[in-house]
Amino acid sequence: MSLAIINDLVSNVDWSEINDATLDTLFMLGFSVLFSTIIGIPVGLILFLTSKGRLLQNRFVYMILSFVVNVLRSVPFIILLIVMIPATTMLVGTSLGAKGTIPPLVIGAFPFFARLVENSLKEIDDGIFHMAESCGASTRQIIWHILLPEIMPSLIASITVTAIALVSYTAMAGTVGGGGLGDLAIRYGYQRFQTDVMLITVVLMVVMVQLIQICGDFLVKIMRK
Amino acid sequence: MIKINGLSKSYPTKKNKNLILDNISLDVPVGQVFGIIGKSGAGKSTLLKCLNLLERPDSGNVIIDGVDLTTLSTSELRKERQQIGIIFQHFNLLSSKTIFDNVALPLKLQGNHNKAEIKLAVDEMLALVGLTDFATKYPASLSGGQKQRVGIARALITKPKLLLSDEATSALDPQTTSSILELLLEINQKMGITIFLITHELEVVRKICDKVAVIDGGKIIEQGNAFDILLHPQQPLTRKLIIEEESEKYLEQVNHYYQFEKSSNKHILLLSFVGDATYQPILNIISKSAGVEFSILRGELGRIKNMPFGQLLIEFECDEKNLATACKIMKEMGVHYEIVH
Ligand SMILES: Nc1ncnc2c1ncn2[C@@H]1O[C@H](COP(=O)(O)OP(=O)(O)O)[C@@H](O)[C@H]1O
Ligand SMILES: [Mg+2]
Repeated sequence: MSLAIINDLVSNVDWSEINDATLDTLFMLGFSVLFSTIIGIPVGLILFLTSKGRLLQNRFVYMILSFVVNVLRSVPFIILLIVMIPATTMLVGTSLGAKGTIPPLVIGAFPFFARLVENSLKEIDDGIFHMAESCGASTRQIIWHILLPEIMPSLIASITVTAIALVSYTAMAGTVGGGGLGDLAIRYGYQRFQTDVMLITVVLMVVMVQLIQICGDFLVKIMRK
Repeated sequence: MIKINGLSKSYPTKKNKNLILDNISLDVPVGQVFGIIGKSGAGKSTLLKCLNLLERPDSGNVIIDGVDLTTLSTSELRKERQQIGIIFQHFNLLSSKTIFDNVALPLKLQGNHNKAEIKLAVDEMLALVGLTDFATKYPASLSGGQKQRVGIARALITKPKLLLSDEATSALDPQTTSSILELLLEINQKMGITIFLITHELEVVRKICDKVAVIDGGKIIEQGNAFDILLHPQQPLTRKLIIEEESEKYLEQVNHYYQFEKSSNKHILLLSFVGDATYQPILNIISKSAGVEFSILRGELGRIKNMPFGQLLIEFECDEKNLATACKIMKEMGVHYEIVH
């Protein structure tokens, strides 16, 4: 009986469109997480290493970078989407579609991720640096042999948090022509009052977030020994 | 092995100069266990950091194995540091790496060893510290004593001639402390590695040090053989540091006596004797040949490193002349004495 109700409820839904939108969202998510990580790790490292009392202490670099990160973090994402249209067009040839949302998604997420990286690095005990330097390690060796392996579990946790934030960002990007599940939800649910489609997109996004969290937690668990 | 000349170090603040190490000079011979003892905040850790130039001294030289570290370039300094092993109070192991990889780290940083060489060396070190079965475990699953053994294995993997230790046993319980100290002594004796350690624990100096220097307020206030410093320290501050508990006890007893006994032919002496003298009937001999009566107020027998020693608080009942004779006999027998009252 309940199956019949559900069937009834979703009888008008165009599943192929939902399928496409899901793939678009996964595409946006995948690439934005990837690039946020690739940019965020070095930025987080530089923030950490140039801060006071650290290996590459440099007030000037730290202040500039920290300022840029703070500015980017304080711009509301919806504004970033609009402001970045020219830059996005230049970078990927279009500001529309899934492809056109990736640059603003990355710019919106990497500063947040970089701060998470910086904070994980701050958690490392001073004694570890003392040990590494006493062994004659160079800064480059300290980064590769010590810092990155030591923060790996919290790096995975930070990627998880960032990916989840990016799920809702991709939905917001939908409102300005970004495509994906957010776009679908707005077009059907808001503009055409087709609540069923909106409901399905929301459920799909909830499932996505849950899966990301479960995978992230699992990876962190096997890494923390 | 280590020669420090006129080393000073300050952490200047806006308000004052904040001299942490004040004109320190030390000489640590090859193959010895040299201890620096001092209260917390005395500047011990800073001194150790100046030894491998993690902190650059304001002035003075640090010469290790003939090389003046203060004159080296950054990359030369890194090479020298690889020749100095170091262990820490809080072990400083990498939680993300297995015991094997923790021990292998210094070799990997040197970058000129292949996998087989590294495995051979790590296995040898793990065997030395008795942790062969722990190679694939992670530090989180080890006890404090085991973690310090890993620290020691890591410090020795590059076959250094010098091992530095910053309070290596201060985070351990007494029993574990003993076993780690024994291991260090074994390393010193079997491998001939010079050990320079800093500690605030008298026990450490007693168990393994050949020489000791006392640091207070950034100055070396007294240094010499562990024996001399432990048994009859000269400087008031050293006395306070070294015989604090003991002196409390016997001074209490002495004062207690003198409250009732004003009689001038009672003399309180603190006798210390080491080595063979420990096993001789010293008091009997003195009593007979100087004609003095004695009673023992308090006594202690023990070992410093592997040398037996005894320390007795004695009351002699005799006149000044007999006391002088007794003192002369003691001097001849190599008994160190100090007239307390
Ligand atoms: N990086 C630093 N900056 C300023 N003061 C320091 C620094 N490191 C140590 N000190 C000061 O130097 C003194 C000696 O410290 P330390 O060498 O750690 O003593 P110990 O190891 O004997 O306990 C302390 O008063 C401490 O506050
Ligand atoms: Mg200290």
